[in-house]
Order: sequence, then structure tokens, then C-alpha cells
Amino acid sequence: MENKVLELRKEIEKRLSKINDLSELDNARISYLGKKGSITALLKGMKELTAEQKKAFGADVNRLKSFASELIEKKNEELKQRQTELEIKSMPKFDVTSPANIASGSYHPITLVQRQCEAIFKSMGFNVEDYSEVVTDYECFESLNIPKHHPARDMQDTYYLENGQLLKSQTSAAQNAILKKYGPALINDGVPIKAIFPGRCFRNEATDACHENTFFQMEGVMVDKDISISNLIYFMKTMLSEVFQRDIKVRLRPGFFPFVEPGFELDISCLICGGAGCPSCKHSGWLELCPCGMIHPNVLREGGIDPDEYTGFAFGLGLTRLAMMKYGIKDIRDLNSGNLKSLSIFTDDE
Amino acid sequence: MFLSMNWICDFVDLSGLDLVDLIHRFSLSTAEVENEIFFKGKDISGIVVAEIKSVENHPKSKKLHLLKVDTGSGELTDVVCGAPNVKVGMKTAFAKLGAQIGEIKIAPRELAGYISNGMCCGESEIGLSDDNSGIMEITDDVPLGTDIKEIYDIDDIVFEVDNKSLTNRPDLWGHYGIAREFAALAGRELKPLETDDLTVYDNLPKVDMKIQDGLCRRYSTIKVENISRNISPVNIRIRLYYCGMRAINFLADLTNYIMLEMGQPMHAFDSRKVEKIRIKRFDKPFKFKTLDGVERNIDENTLMICNDCEPVAIAGIMGGLESEIVDDTTTLSLESANFDAASIRKSSVRLSHRTDASMRYEKSLDPEMTVPAIGRFLHLLKKYDSGVQVVSSLTDEYTGKFPPVTLHFPQAFIDKYTGIKIDSETVIKTLTSLGFKVCFDGTNYTVDVPSWRITKDVTIKADIIEEITRIYGYDNFEINTTRSPLYPVKMTEVKNDEEKIKDILVKKFNLHEIHSYVWAYNDELKALDIPVEKNVRLANATNPNIETLRNSIIPTQLCRIKTNVSFAPDFGIFEIGRVVNGLDENNLCIENKMLAITLFSKTADIKTLYFRLRDILASITDQIKHSELEFSVCKPEHSYEHPINLNHIILDGKVIGKIGTAHPTVSKKIDKKGCVVFAEIDINLFASCKNNGIIYNEPSKYPSIEYDLSMDIPNDVYFGTLRSCWKNESDMLKKVNVIDTYDTETVHRVTVRFEFSSNERTLSSAEVQEVVDKIMSNLAEKGITIKTQ
Repeated sequence: MENKVLELRKEIEKRLSKINDLSELDNARISYLGKKGSITALLKGMKELTAEQKKAFGADVNRLKSFASELIEKKNEELKQRQTELEIKSMPKFDVTSPANIASGSYHPITLVQRQCEAIFKSMGFNVEDYSEVVTDYECFESLNIPKHHPARDMQDTYYLENGQLLKSQTSAAQNAILKKYGPALINDGVPIKAIFPGRCFRNEATDACHENTFFQMEGVMVDKDISISNLIYFMKTMLSEVFQRDIKVRLRPGFFPFVEPGFELDISCLICGGAGCPSCKHSGWLELCPCGMIHPNVLREGGIDPDEYTGFAFGLGLTRLAMMKYGIKDIRDLNSGNLKSLSIFTDDE
Repeated sequence: MFLSMNWICDFVDLSGLDLVDLIHRFSLSTAEVENEIFFKGKDISGIVVAEIKSVENHPKSKKLHLLKVDTGSGELTDVVCGAPNVKVGMKTAFAKLGAQIGEIKIAPRELAGYISNGMCCGESEIGLSDDNSGIMEITDDVPLGTDIKEIYDIDDIVFEVDNKSLTNRPDLWGHYGIAREFAALAGRELKPLETDDLTVYDNLPKVDMKIQDGLCRRYSTIKVENISRNISPVNIRIRLYYCGMRAINFLADLTNYIMLEMGQPMHAFDSRKVEKIRIKRFDKPFKFKTLDGVERNIDENTLMICNDCEPVAIAGIMGGLESEIVDDTTTLSLESANFDAASIRKSSVRLSHRTDASMRYEKSLDPEMTVPAIGRFLHLLKKYDSGVQVVSSLTDEYTGKFPPVTLHFPQAFIDKYTGIKIDSETVIKTLTSLGFKVCFDGTNYTVDVPSWRITKDVTIKADIIEEITRIYGYDNFEINTTRSPLYPVKMTEVKNDEEKIKDILVKKFNLHEIHSYVWAYNDELKALDIPVEKNVRLANATNPNIETLRNSIIPTQLCRIKTNVSFAPDFGIFEIGRVVNGLDENNLCIENKMLAITLFSKTADIKTLYFRLRDILASITDQIKHSELEFSVCKPEHSYEHPINLNHIILDGKVIGKIGTAHPTVSKKIDKKGCVVFAEIDINLFASCKNNGIIYNEPSKYPSIEYDLSMDIPNDVYFGTLRSCWKNESDMLKKVNVIDTYDTETVHRVTVRFEFSSNERTLSSAEVQEVVDKIMSNLAEKGITIKTQ
């Protein structure tokens, strides 16, 4: 009997040493330690033994049992370890430097520039207004101190519609409505009128790299009791410094626009050369950027505001021009081309 | 307009000042000066007056002559010259050895075997005119050897002012007005113009002249005889040339000279052709030949100058060929007039003929100028042609005088408008130097505006602010922020929604924002077989391709999809833009702001693409309005819409837009293998819909019960219509999700998971079953077969 224990012990050792995977090991465990396993079977042959022999043999079998359990457990650990190692080794290597998939939508560059300008003005307490593209002669001209036959009408090649309305040739076309909308709060409660109104404008002209019949402007107005030229310069300088993210020098020159008096052309120090003179600024050191001025008394009056009591300034900023300057767009027609090959790069500008 | 500094300095002494710096100040205070400033004569030196003493033909050349010229040194210089007009005794401009003409330095040079020790110069070579017909002939009596710069105003600084920036300054269309600005800027005195006294001719007969039309504000004329001079003095020719005009003949040059000097256009008629001057319009159109030889169509709105009934000039624009000054003209009728600015402008536009005269008249010139201009003309005429004789008295009809303008305002007005302190002394000095008459009583100003500023430019007190501040200099302004009270900024719902929509479409769905035009491009649409639909049209489009406004953004987007098919196999575009949908009852355009989205794919099938777009719309609505869209089938209205799967998009019970797929004919034209879906919603309607906001539900501490129902839905039933079967059935129903769909040719099966829970207690399966039974019976009523899990 003792031999049987020894033989089995040897067999177990031999078999386990050859096992290479966990399922085989499980089979081995069942075949030795299971209910019908060979170690359990050894005990069945104890009937013929004496009590003393039984006791000794039982102890032998129990030792064999724990020996086998330990050996199997050890083997199990070993195999698990080996499997983990295999799993680690089987992991393929990735080339993290391979081209990234960054598919993304895009904003129109005007949206980006417009948002930036709006944010600056909102931070200074200006409301953002929107206005229609089709306007009346009154909105675009009459209310802006440009009566019929005024030569200023020749300056702008306006698209007229067959019903007598027109496509607005300037964002100023919204001025009258803005004055009328915010005027009562100014007069009754002393709330200053501060508004910007970005929008699309139209000019009936042939297009080329520098001319478009459809472009964006942003008009701004501020009206209160003591708004001065000094304030106008302050706001223009502050706003433009924010837009271009640097300290901008501005200068005003007299400019004639019927809806302002005095009217100005505002120049900024050249962004490329900083004022020293370069081809971009035609060696003048300055870039003509935006017309502005003190709102003409007739325009205030037409908007229901007494020009003897209130003054205000207005300015027009070419958003299309700004976008072109900011992103180095050379051909203005690209903006309305809808060509995604060039426009899809404007994923964001934060 | 080109301006000569020499000319300006006739009227204001600018000695000791940096003229270029002054020109820059002029640009900042008055009108925009172009960048390039011309330093005339800078590259000319060593040219003297010389006399040709002998002329011999060159033995080998037919063109060349061998000359001996006297430069006053006593010795004769050998010169080879190719000019045709050489003759003995002629005085000319001679470039000595070492002289400089532009880039060229004069050195001895061999010409066909003979050495030339200098060069006889033509006017064009020295830059005095564009005359290159021969060498310059000097008729003035000056000693030989005199440097020509000593006798002629060759050295000059010439600058160009942008005409547009003078639109509102009728007084700046001549050198005298410009000189007034320089005087004000430099703080120097403006000299009066030297003019002849015309009252001495008062006893002479009047010219037969009558204004018969209100469009003529003033007509002044005088007759002069015995004119003998034909060519203008060199200095007059130089000034005209430097200012961009060609010399023609003495009389024409002199009228132009006055125009450039005073801004007053003048016209000289041959007196033989103009005896009874009448200014009027004609009842009928006719043809008229102007002095440039062009026959022009004159209509009944164009003001004409006539000899009785015979037209002789288009008022304020151009004279006629018939009455032009010719070589044998010795008697002239001088016109110095003023016409209605708008009328001249319109006539000039109608005739497509803009002249130096009309350009000035259309700015509203000062009618006070007509008589001084005649005085000035006579002054110069007599100076250069002393034998002339005035044979009429000044004949002047002045029907359209501008009313005088006097402005009153306190110092406080200036303080308020400028925001800085400009003292009264500066105000008075500035305004006075510009010709205003100023009275100041310590508080209030009374200002008489000069006649040359009242025609359109300075009429209200705000205009005075500009006069004071521009001369004060905007660079000298102290910059201050406002003292206005602050109030919160309120954004409109539409603006907020628009920005959110753009972010969602770009950031979440990778769509591309584009811009397109508000009109339909006929050719583009035609290429896709999309007819341009009837809508409001442009009345004056110069491009016949863009006659009609668009009523939807979708056709434009289909065109853009087509131009972008090679961009990617799968992409989408969107735009928030305007459309016009006809006219309202007041004949005004009905303008709508629309969001349009179009998706294109070569990789996904049409159903996937359609649902992608549907999900985009649902997502926008969920994120911005916390609300759900509804849809209902609609009929196609446009040729590009596929009749199947075209649906109205409904929010808050309002139709806010449409979703659909492209008609197969259009789709094929865009791309044979790709599919296209589109949606358009009215942004204002969307913005007006209710925002349900976020409703917070506390998580329940009690277990929830899930119940799955598989529904076989018939083809003609929309899932959306089934919502009513469970909506509002029980508070316990917290969530409804589609967890599976199964489609064969005959079956459309959707498995929906209903989640029930309560925050107060554990639910019993019996009470949940009760609700489920109700839902199932509701579904059964709608003809839905249910397979319980």
C-alpha cells in the first residue's frame, strides 16, 4: 500500500511537471483530488487494513493529498504568471506618432472675428443688435441725413429692389431703428444708448480680389448727455487694441460722411511695420481702418433724440477687412466662396 | 487733384517752415494727401539759356545738325542736335557738360563722328510739358548763360489730394482755398488775390444775357477784344502741367489757370458766335457736338448756354465745338457762372461725361466767386497781353444767392462736444484764419460763416466743431473714457440661440459654416437643373446672373455641396443667413433668417444620412430648448425636394422648418454616387419657442423596474405618433428608451424599455403591470402588435 502512495506521488510529480496550461492543470486536479480522483480512490482500499495500519496509511494519504494540493497550487501560480507574461508580450506596439485623426467642423472666419469684437464691446457694456438685410430708402439714406439727390448716394452703388426697397449698403441703416429702440430709456431713465450692430452689406460693383458686392461691417453707437470726441477716440483706441491684442496707435483725419459731424477717417499704426513704413501701408506707417464721427444732429433728431441735450458717436468697422487682416486672406472672394479646402481650417480661434 | 506748393506760396508766406511736414498736417487736418510727394526739378541742374549761332547739316545724317551755341561765356560750344526746329538766332535750354537731367549726366559724346559738348533740351526732357516736338524755344528777354531755374518755376513741391476727400469742400477745388488752409495751419496771413477793378468798365454797354432757368444761380460775363497772344507764358504752362493739365492756347490756358487757382470754372467763347446769351433747357432732346468733337445726346433736363436759340455749351460741363476759341479769335466772351450742383451732377452722369468743370460745379461752388474770377482773369490777361481791351461792362445776373449763415453757441457747447478744453482765444484765432467772422462776449459766440462755406458745408453749429478741432489737431486731444452709468448688457434670444447652434454644429457634429449670397446665381442653379423661383428681383443688378433674391438657402447649399464634392467623401455645411419670401401687404419684403444644413455622403446610405441630420436637429432642440421636435409629412414645393421623406419640423406646435432629401435629378448632378439631405429652419421661430430649462430629478433610493415592449409597427405609422400612448400615463414612468430595432422586409420592430420608479417607496410589480397594461391597450388601439419579453 505504501508503494501505491509512493507511486502516485511520483506520477503526480511527473505529470505536473509536464503540464503547460491551466485547463490541463484543472483536469489533473480533478483526476487526483476530485471525488472520484485517484487519491480519494486510495482510501477505498483501506478496508483490509488494521486500525493501526489504517491510521498510518490515512496519514500517508493525507500527506500525499496536501502535497498534491500544494504542488498544483504552485503550478497554478506559475502558469498564471506565465499567462500574464504572455498577455503582456502579445500586446502589439502602437506608433503614437502616427497621423492623428482630428476631423473637426469649422466656423466661418467672419463668425470668429465677429464674436471677438462682440465680446470686447459686451465687456464694455454695449448691446449687440441684429438688423435685416433688406431695408427702406428711409433707413439707409433719409434717416441718415442723406436726402434724395444727395451726392453721397452716388458714393455708394446701391442694389435697389423692384419694390423700391434696397439691400443695405451700410450697417448705419440700422441706426435710426436703434436710436428709436433705446431712445426712450435714455430720455426717461438716463440709460445711455450703447449698441453695436454687425451685419451684411451690399454694393453693386464688380468683384475682384479687393472688392466684393457682399461684405460684413459692424456699426457701433453710443449716445448720452456728454459724449465727446475725446470719448470717441478713447473707445476706438481701446477697442482696436483689444481686437489686435496690442497697444494700437490711432489717428483721426477729417472724413466726410453725411451722418456724422465732425466725421473722421480713423487710421491705425501699421500692424506689419509698427509705423516705420512698409509695402503693406504703402510706406506711410498707417492703415486706414474705420470711418467714425459724432452722430449728426439731424440723425439724432430723426431718431427722436434732442441733439441739444444729447451727443453721441458712431463708427463702422469692416469685419470682412478685419478678418482678412487677421488671417492674411488676400482675396476677399474666398470668404463667400464656400470653398471648404480653404475655409475648413477655421476650427476655432480661442 | 495735384497742387503746387509754389502756387500756394503766392498767397501765403511759408518761409522757414518744413513744407513736407506742413503737407502731412494738411492731410490730417483738411483732406487726404496721397503718399507720394513730387519734388519737381530736383533732378534738373546745369541747364542754361543759350543761343544757336550757326546750324550746319550733318554730312552723314539727314536728321542731325551741327550747331555752335553761345552760352554767354564768350566761347561757342559744338553741339550735335537732332531736333527739327533748330534755327540760327533761336534761344533754347541748353544742358552744359556736367548738367543733370534725371538720371543722365551730360558728358562729351560722339554722335556719328562728331563730338557733342552738351545737349539742347526739349520741354518734355526738362519735365516742363509733354511737348517733345523739338527743342524748347525761349522767347523771354534774358541774358545768355542764365540758369533756367532762375527764370522759370521749375523747382516745386507737388502733392496730390484725394478728390473724394474734397467732396464736401467746394472751397478747396483751387489753390487759393488750399492756401487758406495752409495759412490757418501755419498761423500765417493769407494774402488777398490780386484782381482788376471791374467798376471802371461800368459805362461800357452790357452784354445781352438772360438767365431763363432757375438751375443757373448766377451768370457773369464780360467781352474782351484785341487779343494778340497765342501761347501762354512758360511759368503758366509749367503750373498747368505740374497740376495735370495740358497747355492748349493762351485763352484756354488762362481759364484753366483761374479754375486751378480759384476753383471757378470759366469758359471763353468766340464773341462772334455768341451774341445773345440765354441760359435755358430745351423741350426736346437733340444732338450737340462738344469741343472735344464728340456728338452728345442732350435731353430736356440738361441746362444749356445758348446764343439766342442756338445751343453753344452744356452748362457747367463743356463748351460746344462751334463757339470754341480758334486761332483767329481776337474777341472773347468770358463766362464765369454758377449752376445748381445736383443738376450738373445728374447731367454729367447722364452724359457719362465728367469734366474738371462739372466735377467742381457738382460740389456746390460759391456763387460769390464768379465776379472776382473775372477780375482775376483780366488781371492776368492784361499782364501777359497788354494790348487787350475790355469792350463791355461786367454783366452779372445773380438769381440764386445762398442765404447767409450765422451761428450762435456758447463755449460750453465746444467743451461738451470735444471733451477737452480749447480756450476761446484759440477758437477765435482758428475760425478767423478760416474766414469766419467771430464775435465772443465771454460766454457766447456769434459766427458769420464765409460765403465759400455756406453752400453745403458749414450750416449748423456742429460743423463749427469740426473747424475748430481739425485745426487744433486730433493728435493733440486728451483721451478720456465716458462717465456714463453702467447697465447690464442684454442679449436677444435669437442671438444667443444662433451662437449656441453654431457651436453645436461645429463642435459636436463637425459641420462647416459657410457664407453665400442673398441672391440666386442663375448659372449655378441651372447647372443643377434647379429653376430660379419667382421672387423679389433686383432692379439694377449689373450682373444678369444675379437678378432674383433667394427664397431659401438650400439651393445655394446644393451648389456649394457640388463645388466641394472632392473635399471629403462625407461632410456637412451650414449657414445662418437671410432669405426673402415675396412681399407683404405693404409691398415690403418678407425677410427671414434661416439656419440651413446640408449633408453629403459617399460612404453612408441615404437613410443613415437622413437620420444623422434628424439627430442633429433633435440634438440642437434638446440642448438649447430642452424640448423635443415633432415631424409631419409635407408635400414638395420646390423642384429640388425629393417627394418622399420630406417633413415639416415642428416645435411647440409651430412649423419651424423642413427636412428632406435631394431630388434624384439634382442629387445625380451633384454626384452620381453620393447622397444629399438638407434641412432649413427659421431661426426667429426657433428662438421664439419655449425653453423648458433643466428639470432636476433626485435619484431614487428605491429600486426601479424596467419593462421592455417589442412593438411591430406598420409602415405607415410614425413612431412619434405613439408617444401619446405612454406620455402622461403615470408619474412612475421615468424613462422611455428605444433599445433595439429589428427590420425585415415585412416587419419593423422596435423594442422600447420603460423604466418605472418612485422616490417614496419600492414599487410593486402589480402597480407597474397596471400601467404597462394601459400602455399596451393604448398601443393596440393604434394597431400595434406587441410581443412581450
